Amino acid sequence: MTEQHRLLKLSGLEPLVVTADTNFINVGERTNVAGSKKFLRLIKEEKFEEALDIARHQVEGGAQIIDINMDDGLIDGKEAMVKFLNLIVSEPDIARVPIMIDSSKWEIIEAGLQVVQGKCVVNSISLKEGEEEFLNYAKAIKRYGAAVIVMAFDEVGQADTYERRIEIAKRSYDILVNKVKFPPEDIIFDLNIFPVATGMEEHKRNALDFIEATAWVKENLPYCSVSGGVSNVSFSFRGNNPVREAMHSVFLYHAIKAGMNMGIVNPTMLEIYDDIPKDLLERVEDVMLNRRDDATERLLDFAETVVSKAKESTIDLSWREEPVQVRITRALVKGIDTYVLEDIEEARLSVTKPIEVIEGHLMTGMNVVGDLFGSGKMFLPQVVKSARVMKKAVAYLLPFIEEEKKKNPQTGKETKGAGRVLMATVKGDVHDIGKNIVSVVLACNNYEIIDLGVMVAPEKIIQTAIDKQVDVIGLSGLITPSLDEMVFLAKEMERRNFKVPLLIGGATTSKAHTAIKIDPQYKNAVVHVNDASRAVTVVGDLLNQRNNQKYVGDLKADYEKFRIGFHKRTKHKEYLSIAEARKNKFQIDWSSTLIKKPNQLGVQCIESLELNVLEPYIDWSPFFRSWDLHGKYPDILTDTVVGEQAIILFKDAKKLLSTVIDQKLLKAKGIFGLFEANTVNDDDIHIYADGTTIGTFRTLRQQLKKHAGKPNFALSDFIAPSDSDRKDYIGCFCVTTGFGTRELAERFESELDDYNAIMIKALADRLAEAFAEYLHEKIRKEYWGYASDEHLSNEALIKESYKGIRPAPGYPACPDHLEKLEIWKILSVKERIGVELTDSLAMWPAASVSGYYFGNEEARYFGLGKIKEDQVEDFAERKNITLESAKKWLNPNLSED
Amino acid sequence: MKDISEVLKDRVLILDGAMGTMLQRHKFSEADFRGERFKDWPVPLQGNNDLLSLTQPKVIKDIHSYYFEVGADIVETNTFSGTTIAMADYQMEDLVYELNFESARIAKEAADIFTEKEPEKPRFVAGSIGPTNRTASMSPDVNDPGYRAVTFDELKKAYALQVNALLDGGVDVLLVETVFDTLNAKAALFAIEEIKEERECNIPIMISGTITDASGRTLSGQTAEAFLISVSHIPLLSVGFNCALGASQLTPHLEVLAQKTSFAVSAHPNAGLPNPFGAYDETPEQMASQIKEYLEKGLVNIVGGCCGTTPEHIKAIAEIASKYKPRQVRTIKSI
Repeated sequence: MTEQHRLLKLSGLEPLVVTADTNFINVGERTNVAGSKKFLRLIKEEKFEEALDIARHQVEGGAQIIDINMDDGLIDGKEAMVKFLNLIVSEPDIARVPIMIDSSKWEIIEAGLQVVQGKCVVNSISLKEGEEEFLNYAKAIKRYGAAVIVMAFDEVGQADTYERRIEIAKRSYDILVNKVKFPPEDIIFDLNIFPVATGMEEHKRNALDFIEATAWVKENLPYCSVSGGVSNVSFSFRGNNPVREAMHSVFLYHAIKAGMNMGIVNPTMLEIYDDIPKDLLERVEDVMLNRRDDATERLLDFAETVVSKAKESTIDLSWREEPVQVRITRALVKGIDTYVLEDIEEARLSVTKPIEVIEGHLMTGMNVVGDLFGSGKMFLPQVVKSARVMKKAVAYLLPFIEEEKKKNPQTGKETKGAGRVLMATVKGDVHDIGKNIVSVVLACNNYEIIDLGVMVAPEKIIQTAIDKQVDVIGLSGLITPSLDEMVFLAKEMERRNFKVPLLIGGATTSKAHTAIKIDPQYKNAVVHVNDASRAVTVVGDLLNQRNNQKYVGDLKADYEKFRIGFHKRTKHKEYLSIAEARKNKFQIDWSSTLIKKPNQLGVQCIESLELNVLEPYIDWSPFFRSWDLHGKYPDILTDTVVGEQAIILFKDAKKLLSTVIDQKLLKAKGIFGLFEANTVNDDDIHIYADGTTIGTFRTLRQQLKKHAGKPNFALSDFIAPSDSDRKDYIGCFCVTTGFGTRELAERFESELDDYNAIMIKALADRLAEAFAEYLHEKIRKEYWGYASDEHLSNEALIKESYKGIRPAPGYPACPDHLEKLEIWKILSVKERIGVELTDSLAMWPAASVSGYYFGNEEARYFGLGKIKEDQVEDFAERKNITLESAKKWLNPNLSED
Repeated sequence: MKDISEVLKDRVLILDGAMGTMLQRHKFSEADFRGERFKDWPVPLQGNNDLLSLTQPKVIKDIHSYYFEVGADIVETNTFSGTTIAMADYQMEDLVYELNFESARIAKEAADIFTEKEPEKPRFVAGSIGPTNRTASMSPDVNDPGYRAVTFDELKKAYALQVNALLDGGVDVLLVETVFDTLNAKAALFAIEEIKEERECNIPIMISGTITDASGRTLSGQTAEAFLISVSHIPLLSVGFNCALGASQLTPHLEVLAQKTSFAVSAHPNAGLPNPFGAYDETPEQMASQIKEYLEKGLVNIVGGCCGTTPEHIKAIAEIASKYKPRQVRTIKSI
């Protein structure tokens, strides 16, 4: 009998057999919503015919497999996957190649497998969520008859070293081959291609580790394939195609030699290995193979010449020899201040009045920055760095300008620039990261900013606006009571006959709230602006003399339309009376449910925690979001659009974080208590210590009429009622990492460094959240101890896959901020750790988190939704406050009808 | 009794011929189809051949016996349309279990009689699993190519019911046949794998595709090799082609299978292409001489007949096949 080799065989309408002689298999990825903006748009708009054209182009262009991915928050991924695949199957010129079904969601993968007759590739599975899930998916994939891409990812995280890659590959392979009996030739490893030459020490071996791991896998794990996304490797040279093309070729040359036989490569971004100029080749290989310590610097230096050569082949220019304007523009665009003062001085000597440098050279440069930002070629963190350079330059010029004024008083009239914008975080609110970013971005675009800071009283905003004759007022706020402050200010502006536009921004604000609650109060323009990049265009349109009337008219009409639509929609909702809602409460079987008595009852204080303990608990995704870089960490670092910026921002953040940790620049303090508790009269939770009631948490109950069998939740449902005869427990806490933030931010501001001033606040916020996560884990495993055997990765923590919850007053499950007062009373928060509550019950310092602990395994997060007047009355009575006060605090949750 | 996979190593196995062609000879009336039990059934039943296992069981058993007599090693149960999907036309979804169970039982009874007589030539029953009358990867509506009349899950469920009934009725092999849409077949294979796991049994599976015309592709557009790759994830007893074409038209496609697969290869072609009246004219001798080519080239391990073939055809095929060695099955390198 003869033997047949085990080869990876795939099929569409036609076969694809991967042999040792097959050249590299090229996977087309333009039919991936994450890889192609155009494809994403077409799918969103349901233009499937045009989307099919993209697939057809891929196949015509030589793609041997097409990768299809519909993972996007705004798409029903499963439906889109099935629909698109069904259409592809009807197109013989596309369907001839095998399909790669790409999703991070199993239900989408499975739906895809159920509509394709050929042998597909599933992209991907991994040990990320543990062995059991991995086994189940692999078994199903085998039964559906598909090959599989296995990511080098496990419970601990993504493999980023040689050792981790081979460890995970070996473990995955053994499970697949021995336990699932998965054919080894149907296994394709994606060993993670990461960028090199990023300037970070830990990235130096990224390419080499991949290549060496590939060789190991091919040697030790028979018959499997190795794949990867090649363009990742050159991310740090975005914009420099000659270098990137060379990097791709060099990488592929070595990776294919090591055994990589499949991957995503853009054929137009590939130089022929032998055609790479010797000097470039040497430097690229130095980087890829990590052959010298200064490889990155040498390639960076060389890359500059490659660019200019490509553009202006005959002139060899070092940028320092360019005219002074070019140098200043470059410094602003790149955000590098090394030579800027030298160049500004040169510019100053070339003009008659120093102010001309600001109005001429610097504004020209900032206009370039503005254009690049506006067209999506620069990102927020870069713009903030540009502003830093700008501020330094202006600071240098100011003494000369003052001197000039003294000499020629009549010529010293103040220039107003593009317009004057008043920015403020409203009364009772302390959050200002977003506001500061918008201020910096507007300042970059030649607007004069009057920043009144945080917790600004309405009278002060009104008075300053009048005194300074501002052109725009921008209000910001993060907590829900701030919404009412904004409504109040809009009314006040109308009463005082203001004409200037009002900008609304901040995390709790929304188009809906702006349209329904604020816009009707003010006859002039009100605009909801929730990201910094939009602020520039919006303010530009508002102040554009020529057609701002039409713009404002359109805005008003749009909000009006939104209001009408909103009221139409909401009228259909049905609500239960609070008594009915209570009857439909969430039921826990109190006779059998497990209740663990906390190991330590009472209040405990953490006077000072080492910050380095918190670093692993940081959820980085919101950090990037606060800088308008959208995507999930760590995937964002390799994102095709923002990846490069994300890496730089991350590097800067890590640098500042390590300074903060080393020099103990921020203080982490926390307080928490665990108490006996029972629910009384359905919605109140009584807190006991030594047999007496020391406090009461008043919870709110969902009133929206639910489908049969779905309960109307209140947090009190998770605590045993007093008539159950079970002793139950509850906890509450407050943690902060905010002490020291203001001082540091002020120090940076005084150094004209807005970038780090914003950065430190964003980091402090992340540390506070990390502290809350850390403490919750300690509570679960030690202090309360109901989950002492829990083992969760950081990712699992962020996804909140643990038992028990920690809802926070002011957030969806308990939107009532007043409850913070009860927590402050029970724990003596202010006295013990110094965190205060403002008039609007925001915590000060801002980087603080407070909340409750519920330990029952049935406890879950929910959103209260809208409630009716009867519950508000009942709530006012229970809390012993006036109905008016109750309505004010619960306003955002009051149902309209 | 010897295991079928063991017997396969020794000789070319003979599959039976057409059931439908034999039944046509009886010219059954509507009343014959209905029998006593279904005399008041609300919809016409003439043409529901599977039903004859309940209303004319003796005729069915006799046809199996004719094929065994002329040398068939394997007969197919009379269950080509035995799924809830195909039986919907006759409103007989609720009878699907019984139809399959009885058909399997009848065929097995016939087989056991012959095996007892000739223990050195054991006879096997293959549970016939047809393609249903719907396709999972093609739209029946030309104006809406994204539409599907049946889903994978619906097919899987329908096939699972049929497979369980066939197994309960005692079949030795499952034959997923006349595959014109590979996705339907994959749903059947998926159902079978689940049942194998549930019942902890290891029933051998044969699969047989259909190359519809001279394009050399299945109705759903796959080439022979693409079809082979798409169904090879399941350990199969054999893979092959049947129906639509006569023996000689099938040769190039069997060559692909014979060369590319490590499973046994089967073929049960029609008795040539149909004449203008829809009948098949190829004589047993003509057909056997074409099949001789398969045997000389060493292409097949199992051979039989589809539309238009009769016990006479099978007799001729069995005689010629007995003179040749079966195709050499290449094994896959172990891990």
